[in-house]
Amino acid sequence: MSPRAAARLESIGFARVYDYVAGKADWGSAGLALEGENGSKTRAGAHARTDVPTCRLGAELRQVRKLVENAGWDTCFVVDGAGVVLGRLERSALRSDADVRVEAVMTPGPNTIRPSARLEATVERMRRQDLTNLPVTSSEGKLIGLLARDDAEAALARLLAS
Amino acid sequence: MPTPIDRDEVRRIRAEEGGQLVEVLPPPEFADEHLPAAINVPLKELDELGPRLLERGRAVIAYCYDYQ
Repeated sequence: MSPRAAARLESIGFARVYDYVAGKADWGSAGLALEGENGSKTRAGAHARTDVPTCRLGAELRQVRKLVENAGWDTCFVVDGAGVVLGRLERSALRSDADVRVEAVMTPGPNTIRPSARLEATVERMRRQDLTNLPVTSSEGKLIGLLARDDAEAALARLLAS
Repeated sequence: MPTPIDRDEVRRIRAEEGGQLVEVLPPPEFADEHLPAAINVPLKELDELGPRLLERGRAVIAYCYDYQ
């Protein structure tokens, strides 16, 4: 629809017309703010914890475990230089005392959701699948944060009450 | 011919050229969610509302939901 609108705008005399073809679906999936009745506050990305630890491929598990524990977390995401999620170190992997690199024990390709995912549907999914959290990534696969089920349920309750 | 742009260009044109963001979907979809500072000029009302609501001297960025 936007290509037709942009073409029409030009035909009625607007000189500098651009067409953001990917539209608001792309905007929201990148974790950028949306306004409106069902804007960002009703989406998963707004309620994700953004301080979840990350590490790079090749990192030593023992060192990563210390960093994760010191930060008060029990999970860590393995990302590349652009922040794209490659894997996840679950609690059990972090407990390992093996002298290995993180890629030896990470869970590759964890399931993720987009920041624009509707909170209500996300909570329903977490309950149905008995998930305690879900990583939130942009459409480029970059880590935005970790949505905890407790946080999501509390946010949803506040939204429904307001 | 209108120039297709990505989200980085949207942000740049907004910041550097004062581009006007225009959502061309119907009002209920605009009310549901829209980009910050966007205005709603539905495609079917573009001829009538466009010249009234948009400044001709500034860049205009049209968008809808996705590639539809």
